[in-house]
Amino acid sequence: MSGPSSQPSFEAVVLPYLDAGYNLARWLVRDRGDAEDVVQEALVRALTYFPSFRGTNPRGWFLQIVRNAAYASMSLSRGIPGAELPDEDALADPADDPEAALIRRRGRTDLARHIARLEVELRETLILREFEDLSYKEIAQITGAPIGTVMSRLWRARRMLALAIRREEQDA
Amino acid sequence: MNGVAECPMLLLVQADIDGELDAGRAADLLQHRADCPECQAAYADLLMLRDRLREPALREAAPESLRQFLRAQSAPQPPVRHTEPRVIRPARWRANAGLAAGLALAAGLALAVYRPTGPDMVALVIDDHVRALQAGHLEDVVSTDRHTVKPWFEGKLDFAPPVKDLADRQYPLTGGRLDVMNGRPIAVLVYRRGTHPINLLVWPAAEQGDADAVTENRNGFTTIRWRQHGLTLWAVSDVEQAQLEEFVRLWRATP
Repeated sequence: MSGPSSQPSFEAVVLPYLDAGYNLARWLVRDRGDAEDVVQEALVRALTYFPSFRGTNPRGWFLQIVRNAAYASMSLSRGIPGAELPDEDALADPADDPEAALIRRRGRTDLARHIARLEVELRETLILREFEDLSYKEIAQITGAPIGTVMSRLWRARRMLALAIRREEQDA
Repeated sequence: MNGVAECPMLLLVQADIDGELDAGRAADLLQHRADCPECQAAYADLLMLRDRLREPALREAAPESLRQFLRAQSAPQPPVRHTEPRVIRPARWRANAGLAAGLALAAGLALAVYRPTGPDMVALVIDDHVRALQAGHLEDVVSTDRHTVKPWFEGKLDFAPPVKDLADRQYPLTGGRLDVMNGRPIAVLVYRRGTHPINLLVWPAAEQGDADAVTENRNGFTTIRWRQHGLTLWAVSDVEQAQLEEFVRLWRATP
């Protein structure tokens, strides 16, 4: 399983992207516990594929495995009532003092809720672009969509979020 | 950023924000934007959104348990890993029992050579569990019917593992497989709790009499071992400890 000592270990390759993988999983499955299961499953798969990993773009490699594990997990839970509803608590900041920053936090969790309500294809494209700073080409590779589709999904996701924010600001 | 007839340049405004335009096209776009209110509005919206999405609370670090899982996964493997445990895997057992037995014996010898001083049984049992998951191969015989699983072991082992079904207690039997532990073929019964597999490893006890259950946790896995019916049994899983303890309690109480 472990290669010659001149090659980086599995842990050294994957650890820098563990947070990114967890974040992606959390935004896709919208539940902390499920996201942890997804990443654990992804780590098991990644270790299995590791001997054939060529060493280029480890982030894209790992995120693609996480993404596929998340989709597998979501297709398993499809049909379970409520499984598609976002766990809004999982998207709020657990460490935040509810008294201290109520207003600030409200704006933030609203944004989290808007993201959580995007269609999953729009959501993953937005997360990979805005949170992971990936190029269109890298996003296309991870999601298996043509670059033109990546661009239009990104555009639709952003337009919906911007509209939701504007609407809120008008209400306030 | 709405409206029916959209400016065809909007996707380029976005590409510009995302740093996907070369200098020439970016310059052209800048010129266009000066005359296009729609693109100006889109540009402002995209910048506003980018700023809002910088909010750190939208990102969360992976929990410590995942770091531990990764560390445990990539810990230096004992040489036993290199004896290709998969050579004794199912297809070949079925295809050629004689060859498989030879390979199993070879693997067993290798194990014996590499582990001359008392093996760390907890590690071996967890390794076995993880290996089965990694290989995506939990069962050699896939059946929820114990009357199918029990006969499957006949002729493959020098003992008869007791196959019990706990489906009505939320721990359905899903199948069984053969593995090698410390150089001897053992039976593994596979159960499930929800989506989590539970492996129950079974082999003839070296000591006399029954022994009560002992629980040990490591790397996010729980193991429970006990002796019953002249057999040594190890349950291993990543379910919560209380659930695995309940499983063992039910299993022991089922005739």
